[in-house]
Amino acid sequence: MTLKLAIFYVVAAFTLWAAAVVVMGKNIVRAAVALIFSFCGMAALYVLLDAEFLAAVQVLIYVGGITILLLFAIMLTSRIAAKAARVVNDQVVLSAIVAVGLAVGLIYASTSGFATTSGPPRLRETAPFLGWALLTKYALPFEVVSIMLLAALVGAIVLARKE
Amino acid sequence: MSLSESAVGIRGEAMVPLSHYLILGAILFSLGVFGALTRRNAIAILMSIELMLNAVNLNFIAFARYQYLPQTTIQEQVFALQGALQGQVFAIFVITVAAAEAAVGLAIVLGLYRNFKTVNVDEINLMKW
Repeated sequence: MTLKLAIFYVVAAFTLWAAAVVVMGKNIVRAAVALIFSFCGMAALYVLLDAEFLAAVQVLIYVGGITILLLFAIMLTSRIAAKAARVVNDQVVLSAIVAVGLAVGLIYASTSGFATTSGPPRLRETAPFLGWALLTKYALPFEVVSIMLLAALVGAIVLARKE
Repeated sequence: MSLSESAVGIRGEAMVPLSHYLILGAILFSLGVFGALTRRNAIAILMSIELMLNAVNLNFIAFARYQYLPQTTIQEQVFALQGALQGQVFAIFVITVAAAEAAVGLAIVLGLYRNFKTVNVDEINLMKW
C-alpha cells in the first residue's frame, strides 16, 4: 500500500460518495453541491493520472461553468413552498437491476479484456503536446467543435429568452 | 490477464493498476444510468448525464496514461506522446460537448417549466393516451 494507492482510494471513495448523493439526494440543491464535489474528485483523479492540464480544464469548465448553470436553472425552476415530493419514480427496482447489471458487465469486460501494460514512465507536462495535437493533427475536430459551441450558444439563448 | 497486480513504474514505485480506474469509471457510469432512469426532476436527470460523461472521461484518460510505451529517441518520444495523448484530446472534446449539451438542455428545461409549471418529468404527459 503505497502513498499513491492510498490517495487513490481516498479520492475514489469521496467521488463515489458524492456521486451517490447526486443520484439519490432528496434536496436538489444538495445534489448540485455534491456534483461539484464529484467534479473536484475527478480532477484529483486526473492529477493522479498525470493529466494536470485536463484537471485544470475540468475544474474551470465543469465546476466553474456547468454547475453554476445548473444552480441558476434550479433557482429559476424551483417552487419555494413546494412540499417534499418523491425523489424517484416508479421504475426504481428495474433501473437498479439494469444499473447493477451494467456495472457487472463493464467491470468484467474491463478487467478481463485488456492485456497487461508495462509500467509506463511518468508522462511529461501534457499541455504543450495537447496544444500541438489540437492545432495540427486534430485541427478539424477543433474547428468543428467551435462551430458546435456557436450553434449551442445561439440555440440556448433562443430557447431560453422570454417570448 | 494479470491486470490486477500493480505494475511497477520506471522508478520502482508501485502504481495504481489500470483496472482500479476502469472499475471506478464503470461504477460511476452505472450510478449515472440509475440516476437518469429514476430521478423525477429534469435537472437531476441532466446532472446524472454529466456524471456519466465524467466516468467516460476517466476511462479515456486512464487509457491515455497506461497505453504509453516508452520510446528511445526524442523524435519517437514526441510522436509516441501524441499517440498516447489521443485519450486526453478526446476527453477535451467530451468536456466541450458536455458543456454545450448542458446549456441547451437547461434552456429546454426552462421552456418546459414555463409551459407546464413543473420540472418533474412524469407530470409532463401530454403525449400519453
